[in-house]
Amino acid sequence: MATSDHNVVLHVADVHMRFGGLHALADIDLEVEEGKTHAIIGPNGAGKSTLLNVCVGRLFPTSGAVVFDGQVITGKKPHEINQAGVARVFQTPEIFPELSVLDNVMAPAFAKRDGAFKLNFFSNMHKEGEIREEARHFINDVGMTAKLDTHAGALSRGDKRRLELAMCLIQHPRLLLLDEPTAGMSRHDTNTTIELLRKIKERGMTKIIIEHDMHVVFSLADKISVLAQGRIIAEGAPDEVRADPRVKEAYLGSEQE
Amino acid sequence: MLTLPKKELIKFVIFAVVVLTMPVWLTPFGASYPGLLQKFAIYGLLAVGFNILFGLTGYLSFGHAAFLGVGSYAAVWSFKLLTMNAIPAVVFAVILSGLFALAIGYLSLRRSGIYFSILTLAFAQMSYNLAYSVLTPITNGETGLQLTLQDPRVLDLAFSEREAGLPIVTLFGIDMAGYGGFYFSAVLLIAGFFIAQKITTSPFGLVLKGIKSNQNRMNYTGVNTRPYTLAAFVISGMYAGLAGGLLAVTDPLAGAERMQWTASGELVLMTILGGVGTMFGPVLGAWIMKYLENIFSAFNENVLHGFFAFLPDNLESVVVLIASKFVGEGWHLTLGLMFVFVVVFLPGGLMEGYRRFVNRFFNGGKAKAEAPDKQTQPAE
Amino acid sequence: MDAILIQFLNGLDKGGAYALIALGLTLVFGTLGVVNFAHGAIFMIGSFVAVAFRQLLTLERVELSETELSPWGTALEIRTPYALEWFGDFGNVLIDYSVPIAVLLAIPVMYLLGVLMERGLIKHFYKRPHAEQILVTFGLAIVLGEVARTFFGANPIPQPMPEAVRGAADIGILFGMAEHAVTYPWWRLIYFVFSLVVIGAVFAFLRFTTFGLVVRAGMSDRETVGLLGININRRFTIVFGLAAVVAGIAGVMYTPLLPPTYSLGMDFLVLSFVVVVVGGMGSLPGAVAAGFLLGILQSFAAMTEVKAIFPGIDQVIIYLVAVVILLVRPRGLFGRKGVMEN
Repeated sequence: MATSDHNVVLHVADVHMRFGGLHALADIDLEVEEGKTHAIIGPNGAGKSTLLNVCVGRLFPTSGAVVFDGQVITGKKPHEINQAGVARVFQTPEIFPELSVLDNVMAPAFAKRDGAFKLNFFSNMHKEGEIREEARHFINDVGMTAKLDTHAGALSRGDKRRLELAMCLIQHPRLLLLDEPTAGMSRHDTNTTIELLRKIKERGMTKIIIEHDMHVVFSLADKISVLAQGRIIAEGAPDEVRADPRVKEAYLGSEQE
Repeated sequence: MLTLPKKELIKFVIFAVVVLTMPVWLTPFGASYPGLLQKFAIYGLLAVGFNILFGLTGYLSFGHAAFLGVGSYAAVWSFKLLTMNAIPAVVFAVILSGLFALAIGYLSLRRSGIYFSILTLAFAQMSYNLAYSVLTPITNGETGLQLTLQDPRVLDLAFSEREAGLPIVTLFGIDMAGYGGFYFSAVLLIAGFFIAQKITTSPFGLVLKGIKSNQNRMNYTGVNTRPYTLAAFVISGMYAGLAGGLLAVTDPLAGAERMQWTASGELVLMTILGGVGTMFGPVLGAWIMKYLENIFSAFNENVLHGFFAFLPDNLESVVVLIASKFVGEGWHLTLGLMFVFVVVFLPGGLMEGYRRFVNRFFNGGKAKAEAPDKQTQPAE
Repeated sequence: MDAILIQFLNGLDKGGAYALIALGLTLVFGTLGVVNFAHGAIFMIGSFVAVAFRQLLTLERVELSETELSPWGTALEIRTPYALEWFGDFGNVLIDYSVPIAVLLAIPVMYLLGVLMERGLIKHFYKRPHAEQILVTFGLAIVLGEVARTFFGANPIPQPMPEAVRGAADIGILFGMAEHAVTYPWWRLIYFVFSLVVIGAVFAFLRFTTFGLVVRAGMSDRETVGLLGININRRFTIVFGLAAVVAGIAGVMYTPLLPPTYSLGMDFLVLSFVVVVVGGMGSLPGAVAAGFLLGILQSFAAMTEVKAIFPGIDQVIIYLVAVVILLVRPRGLFGRKGVMEN
């Protein structure tokens, strides 16, 4: 799967993050190439979610910068970063519980089309056929067509995750950040999700994925970075990482499974 | 541009018919006289506007009465300075309250949740206190702003002679104090309802609902929530201003007590009582409140004695004694109790109650409750 | 200098009242997580305990005199308060000191009221959204206000302070000023000291008792304390009762300074919420500091010199401060991170 041009979509450059005395991220340097799936793995508390938070503007790094598509995005607001083309699936699903599944997916589509703010209250939802069709399409992709009109709050945890994925996909982001997209899913649902993510990959969407489930990681990742105690201790193709003794040590040292 | 989905269109037609025929169907209730009908229309409009902020966007403002007051003052000044025609008065009321809401909203919306509520409360109390003290030249303090014989009324007096006695508010010759005032307010209520429907069914409305539901997700979805909430705040402030203007149109007088925070609280109650976030609910709540207020404050012991005359004498006097605490001057006690009961037992308001009723008795409880806004969660 | 000292002193008693109300409000919010809009009404009910107590004491037996005639030629009415009949001169003392004595009466009454409120209504709202808490307690506040009006009427009922302290203290002498340069009414001074004592007692209670320890732990991390197997519910009730007592006795003692009326609760509620927000939601020292700060600021804003520069500033100073604080320092003066934020 080697691409000839090494087009870097996201470059996390020399990022440090300190919370008081805690060095949550140290000297992180990460390059994510266009169209690739980049997995970040590591034991609990290694700083994986912190890293994602820095990427989407939820946290401001102590030093260093995040460059997306040749543009520095550190210091930008979350909505600006999203408008630039970064979408994120959260560890605990962030959806609109009071809205129907369809509305949940349509809302991000409007944000994509209309930008960060548009006072369009004279247009009409039922005339937005194009966006509705697209939303149905993505809901179908995540296998939730039967639940189109259900209130999202009533969904199971796994369904909420898939819904959130559809909400991100409809925005056609250049970069998709996935924070444990299969946590809490049954084996069957996990496999469907892997299939889905493979399909997206064929369309050329770049992804960063945080995952505990090694089955998922090794099915999807082109490149893996291993994070432990805020540092990248190993990086490379799945097979290289699998063989790396430091990785085994980091995992066995902290996780008793 | 001015179309609605079919379901909403039906709602709109029903609503318009119900409002316009109020003088007819309210007759059996003894409520079809102009003064009360005007209140129904005006407070309905106020509640519809408030719902855009509270019901749709999830921000609980405790200072909306300030906009009501600004609208009233603007309208009376329009009568005093320009003309007794109602149109300029309501236009000024809407514009001025809109600007006022823009300023207050710009500051208040920097916070959310309870902090937002307290900020709006603080701004409203400031306006109220200032209206009573320093701003007396504009508001005429405790007496309230009234028409006088010496008012300049530039536009009117350019075309006609000053007449003896105080002039009346008109709409191109139609007297606004009676049924004319009701129909004028009713038409504006229907228009306001229509705009609220347009907002609810538009992508803009979807974003507002999203903000209420999960503001965090909205931000990560690429929406800049601040201008959206500000727009909702200003729109609902303009509704309140229009309502305040109409209060002055039907009765050309404006006092600071209209801005007091208890007035804001009453508005919140109307919305809750009917059903936050529903289309009809807030209007229904406003009507019921104003109707009960009217009935209960008019009751006195004599009426009660007549009412309970069928009881044995001793029992009658006890019942009357107890009941008298809840009527007349005691209307606010009833109001407070109503408030508590509704929040405790029926957080979704009357519309929610109606839905439960329908589900239980007509759908055999099988149909899924279609309750998009069961709870009145503020955006936090 | 004199003028400044006088204004400073004038702010202290009002500040004390704000601090006491805000203290209870913060306590309830910090431990129970409830935004209590009925807290001002509790202050108001407290002030009516003083009124009721005095009315009880001054209940009179009316006799028609057999010998004397009134100027209108009817028999003269002789009114003797029962208190005098039963206790003799001591009855007079009782009536004279009705306000401070009412504090003792208010403690059980307010505690009971607080417990009733918490058990009957508030406890069902712990898990409900803040908006609903605000709404239900707002309704409760209306109800309490109206109940007070039903019993005591709509007009303010002035309460006299004891004879002995009706004068003013010559504070200026303490600061080496001329006699009568700065005088300060005794009762205001008493109120200030009273508020300090109550605040001190509450803080001591929280600091030195195991109960207080649990409450403080609950304020910083409610869930963990719940997990420790401590019976939180009973303690919540007690905390609520305690907050009601503090607000209630604050109301009792304030009656000679401001005649109680049924709308008092609402007036003080808005102010004390502002105090809590300025102090920082959930911070007890913040509530006290902000209470005094705002009381004093309000007093300074009422100076004619200040009003000449900023007309109407006395009417809005408190709200203005709240707005500025909320916008610039949203957590308030002493607020901790994360209280009522996302």
